[in-house]
Amino acid sequence: MQELVTRAKELLKDGTVTRVLGWKNGDLSYNPEPAFFETEEALSDFVYNGFCGANLSKYMIEASKKEGKTLVFLKPCDSYSFNQLLKEHRVDREKAYIIGVGCKGKLDIEAIKKQGIKGIETIKGAEMTDACDTLEISTIYGDKTVSYDDVMLSRCYSCKGKEHVIFDEQMLESRDTATKGRFDEVEAIEKMSPEEKFEFFRKELSKCIRCNACRNVCPACSCRKCVFDSNKFDSAQKANVDTFQENMFHIIRAFHVAGRCTDCGECSRVCPQGIPLHLFNRKFIKDINEFYGDYVAGEDIDAEAPLTHFEFTDREPNEERG
Amino acid sequence: MQRIGVFVCHCGSNIAATVDVKKVVEMMKKEPGVCHAEDYPYMCSEAGQMKILEAVKEHHLTGVVVCSCSPRMHEATFRKAAERAGLNPYMVEIANIREHCSWIHKDMEEATEKAVILARAAVAKVNLNTPLQAGESRVTKRALVIGGGIAGIQTAIDIADAGYEVDIVEKTPSIGGRMSQLDKTFPTLDCSACILTPKMVEAAAHEKINIYTYSEVDKVTGFVGDFTVDIRKKARSVNSDKCTGCGVCQEKCPSKKSLNEFNRGLNTRSAIYTPFAQAIPNVPVIDRDACIKFKTGKCGVCEKVCQAGAIDYAQQDEIITEKYGAIVVATGFDTIKLDNYDEYAYNQSKDVITSLELERIMNAAGPTKGHLERLSDGKAPKEMVFIQCVGSRCSDNRGKSYCSKICCMYTAKHAMLIRDKYPDVNVTVFYIDVRTPGKNFDEFYRRAVEEYGVNYVKGQVGKVAPLPNGKLLVQGSDLLDNKQILKEADMVVLATAIEPEASVRKIATMLTASIDTNNFLTEAHPKLRPVESPTAGVFLSGVCQGPKDIPETVAQAGAAAVKAIGLLAKDKLTTNPCTAKPDELLCNGCSQCANVCPYGAITYLDKEVNDHGIRETRRIAQVNSALCQGCGACTVTCPSGAMDLQGFSNRQIIAEVDAICR
Repeated sequence: MQELVTRAKELLKDGTVTRVLGWKNGDLSYNPEPAFFETEEALSDFVYNGFCGANLSKYMIEASKKEGKTLVFLKPCDSYSFNQLLKEHRVDREKAYIIGVGCKGKLDIEAIKKQGIKGIETIKGAEMTDACDTLEISTIYGDKTVSYDDVMLSRCYSCKGKEHVIFDEQMLESRDTATKGRFDEVEAIEKMSPEEKFEFFRKELSKCIRCNACRNVCPACSCRKCVFDSNKFDSAQKANVDTFQENMFHIIRAFHVAGRCTDCGECSRVCPQGIPLHLFNRKFIKDINEFYGDYVAGEDIDAEAPLTHFEFTDREPNEERG
Repeated sequence: MQRIGVFVCHCGSNIAATVDVKKVVEMMKKEPGVCHAEDYPYMCSEAGQMKILEAVKEHHLTGVVVCSCSPRMHEATFRKAAERAGLNPYMVEIANIREHCSWIHKDMEEATEKAVILARAAVAKVNLNTPLQAGESRVTKRALVIGGGIAGIQTAIDIADAGYEVDIVEKTPSIGGRMSQLDKTFPTLDCSACILTPKMVEAAAHEKINIYTYSEVDKVTGFVGDFTVDIRKKARSVNSDKCTGCGVCQEKCPSKKSLNEFNRGLNTRSAIYTPFAQAIPNVPVIDRDACIKFKTGKCGVCEKVCQAGAIDYAQQDEIITEKYGAIVVATGFDTIKLDNYDEYAYNQSKDVITSLELERIMNAAGPTKGHLERLSDGKAPKEMVFIQCVGSRCSDNRGKSYCSKICCMYTAKHAMLIRDKYPDVNVTVFYIDVRTPGKNFDEFYRRAVEEYGVNYVKGQVGKVAPLPNGKLLVQGSDLLDNKQILKEADMVVLATAIEPEASVRKIATMLTASIDTNNFLTEAHPKLRPVESPTAGVFLSGVCQGPKDIPETVAQAGAAAVKAIGLLAKDKLTTNPCTAKPDELLCNGCSQCANVCPYGAITYLDKEVNDHGIRETRRIAQVNSALCQGCGACTVTCPSGAMDLQGFSNRQIIAEVDAICR
């Protein structure tokens, strides 16, 4: 991590960038948060470890409007989001200096707690310099250990890969974490009967408290004004009227990001209620792949997006799915 | 708040017999914004329209809902009526309680409930309507005809005779189309070439007609009155200006193994070729896949023998961009592939042929110089069997569900011609039905049976099997005698179903003209607008719209020409004001709308905006309302709802849905 700070200081000092976008420690040792650093001194708060799940690409929308370049650290999966935003003209490539940082899989504090570990004080073994195979956790009930691979964010088990799709330079090593097929979860749901599916999603979505965290964190949900916040439509009030319309918020959101979602998994990570929101997006991605051939949003800025591009070979809506 | 009048039409008994119109009136009086509601037997009549005019004046109405037939029928009528009453015509909405309600329901109570719901939705929409102003667009006085068969030629001649410039785009090296491949035509038995070639010459010589052969339409943009079309003139490898059409190159060409498309692959042609003797233009093309010069770099015989110096191996495809006011599609047909019909042994025996192949065999310029002979051994046949409806009227998925319409007549023609020229040949025709509606058609068929002794058997053929003795065993049933027939035949002719030319799909997509499940282009109205596509400015000529014989094709070609002329005669067109409009403060500048716009109507501009006091330069969508056709693709793509369709705004549509779900 220290080399990241050193490099950031160099870039600040030589004037390449005017600010740094990274992570700093939060109130607890396991909840670092995105932060802008304007000075070399401020970088003493900088942190990058196994808990830095937050995708910084969306913050580049605002950073693009500011004077000067911003140094941004992007994990491999975040670089897809940045690329997608670039494709949609929401970020300015000229305003970004991108350091692609390695990733050894990001940790899920909820998964650690599910292992029966409570009263956490400190966690060791999550630094980028560590091997990332065992976490040593000291709690008010004594010291515990847990396997790193057992407590990652669910998205890391179906990681798209550890290649950065856009960067100016790359730092730190990565570690392959994919153990599951990307669409395993979706396939399991596809096998359910319509009634079971309805029941499953109604149950999951009934937990929603409409805190809007999923929307606010989502790099694809970057509208200046969300339709759910706008008085120009009647959708905002509607979603508040009854629980079913409330649930539709997530369905509509999934439609709005379909074909643009890079599957960064931030929605599920930030949901305080633990709703597996990424499932909607992943179902869309799977369907798009099946209909129009494999497509990874954000992978290639010049690739034609399947939902907004037409080809004569496109499948007709009335044709059976192969 | 609007002041809305609701007018419920009985349409005689069309609506009133199934919908309680009085009930609809009573219910509508309770709707928000409605201050007047009445019913009348025929709202579209002059007296009915007067009711609207009077009500607008008396109740100071600002919006009108007419519960009647489809807006495609009378929306224009009621908009004009509203305009006469001093309202903006776009303050009128139609609730379709006929096609969408009374005609499809039997139960009065249910139908009435639905009519009320549909009317309620229209009222909810009118509450949010705003006056719209129609603009004007210009008309380019030039027509494009896609396809140079008899349909395209006739349409082009008719449009050109009215004084307008016409371009014909034909993908093969010559105009003439399928008709040029036919030998004789029913029911008069005159020679096809004899009546077609004068038309071809007339088109070629017409000062207003310009023919692009060996060319294809690459791209179409724009809209009615103002289409821009890219035409790809494929490299002929022969300079048309220099070529004299002497034909020496074709004689001397050493590569003579290519299948002759014009003769349906029954014989071969040279690599440099004109498809047939009367081809227009009489300029050959080099088939680069077959040409030795193109394949190996050596040869160049044609170049050496050409006195005119017309051979040009370096010629490239050329793109010509031209503007048109109207486009006529005349892409014609082909026979279906017979891969699904193994039982007829078409792929196993040379002596099983399609009717179109028989046309070439019977033709003096064909592969056998007009002699009826077996292609396997050149022997004259003694027993011939014709099988009708091969792939037509098919109930499973192997063939086509429709009747190809022309087969009964051409089979009678073939049978008659063979019996006339070769009286010793026995001709048997297996048929499901013989369909002969048409002037002098049934008389023609009866002559085949009564005068020429053609043996018609009602029944289908189950199998054709090649025998070791070279003959074909035809196994069929005679439904009238209720017996199985086993017959040895020398030749079997399949009346193969016809289908639209395969390229029509691509062309339809470029023109945004709709096609049906069989790839026939759809009409704007199957009865009342049969030669117009639902896409404004696109007209249909010939078999691309549905199976037709020659006289019907020529008649329809003329009708399509008249519709095109009617359009070209106008100086200005009124544009639809229901176009997309971005809310600049909501626009993210993401370009998704521009990506989906089929008309290229959306561009982006860096523009300074004042968003509640924040001044900044943003990338914002701009709509060219002249290009926008109001399809709404952008509005559903826009994630922030910045793009809206005037007259069909998101709020209006949600209000309608809410009204229906209330």
